[in-house]
Amino acid sequence: MSETAKEITPSQTVGPYFAYGLTPNGKYDWNDAFSNNLVTSDTSGERIRVEGRVFDGDGAPVPDCMLEIWQADAQGRFNDPQDKRALPNSSFRGFGRVGSDGNGGYAFDTIKPGVVPDPDGKPQAPHLVLAVFARGMLLHLYTRIYFDGEAANAADPVLALVPSDRRATLIATRKPGTGNAVYCLDIRLQGDNETVFFEV
Amino acid sequence: MTLNYPISSLAAHPPRLSPAYKSTVKRTPSKPLIIMRHTLSELTGPVYGHETVRENDNDLTLQCKGEPLGERIIVHGHVLDEDGRGVPNTLVELWQANACGRYIHVVDQHPAPLDPNFTGAGRTQSDAEGYYKFVTIKPGAYPWGNHHNAWRPAHIHFSVFGHSFISRLVTQMYFPGDPLFPFDPIFNSVTDEKARNRMISSFDLENTQPEWALAYRFNIVLRGRNATPMETK
Repeated sequence: MSETAKEITPSQTVGPYFAYGLTPNGKYDWNDAFSNNLVTSDTSGERIRVEGRVFDGDGAPVPDCMLEIWQADAQGRFNDPQDKRALPNSSFRGFGRVGSDGNGGYAFDTIKPGVVPDPDGKPQAPHLVLAVFARGMLLHLYTRIYFDGEAANAADPVLALVPSDRRATLIATRKPGTGNAVYCLDIRLQGDNETVFFEV
Repeated sequence: MTLNYPISSLAAHPPRLSPAYKSTVKRTPSKPLIIMRHTLSELTGPVYGHETVRENDNDLTLQCKGEPLGERIIVHGHVLDEDGRGVPNTLVELWQANACGRYIHVVDQHPAPLDPNFTGAGRTQSDAEGYYKFVTIKPGAYPWGNHHNAWRPAHIHFSVFGHSFISRLVTQMYFPGDPLFPFDPIFNSVTDEKARNRMISSFDLENTQPEWALAYRFNIVLRGRNATPMETK
């Protein structure tokens, strides 16, 4: 078959009823392909939880959104052969999915990712890529989750693109406490303290 | 193969703020999105294959004890990149209302019957050339509260992964000739008519199975082009 240029299929909203197909989580007679727990028994690295809530432009919680994360392992490697460097030596996949709860809440159990180079080979600070899908969103939004207290944040080339007064919307803060680190970041789709989203 | 993802291709998508679809008004960022160079984090993506898909996950008429009511259909097509190459071994998920337009989701309580033999969820993996196929039931029109007498055209929701996290696509497949098209703000949120028409499947007599099921073809084009020196900045 000849290969000719094609124009992409437009996006449409995930709508209000994706849960039974994409995030059934035991509530429907369908199995989950994905989970919000990315950690496998052979995964090395610092176990962390990332949690928060999602809010709309009125400050109301968004109880019907889906969040997906994509990340490198603790050594900064992606579980994708398109990453031409060494592949992860564990079953860590680096992808997670969750539906928000009735309070707009979400959580992922994962490991803190390592350093990933930018296109110039400069190190990027540890980060997760986050995609947000919801009723009322015709096209999902991309943002990133960075981690408070990382010295590398100061030199991160993507954070440097963000006005300094908005950077905090991308940096998860660590909850006080012992045990595995819990990082918190709320996602605000619109309005005061609106999360920075990226056109990628 | 190294792909790149020009952001000019995003022009095919609907504007995020489409006030006729009322829920967009409070769920659209008010500040401009920040443009950034793609890094490995954007240019790679999850690789899921056959281990994620069980036998018959692509046949929504076989998931329950009995057969669902409604018009049995075959929905199939080709997952492509912007160069027209098939996207092999990629996960395709779908979900939909039943033949009466009722979703099994707990929030859908409109007075149309649930079908005990129909869940409405499926998934499959595209084959080595990028082709996929489902067997399902033609969904009914669905009433919603966006405006007076609002009805969604019959549609099937699709979720596709592709080569990278930024080729990720969630869309809806429509059926040809639906009389509800002119009145649906979600369908019409895509302002370009040609782009809009790419969401409409085509009736496929060649793959229709005699005395069994009509076939509809729905090709899905994801972001991703061959990288060339001209396009590398």
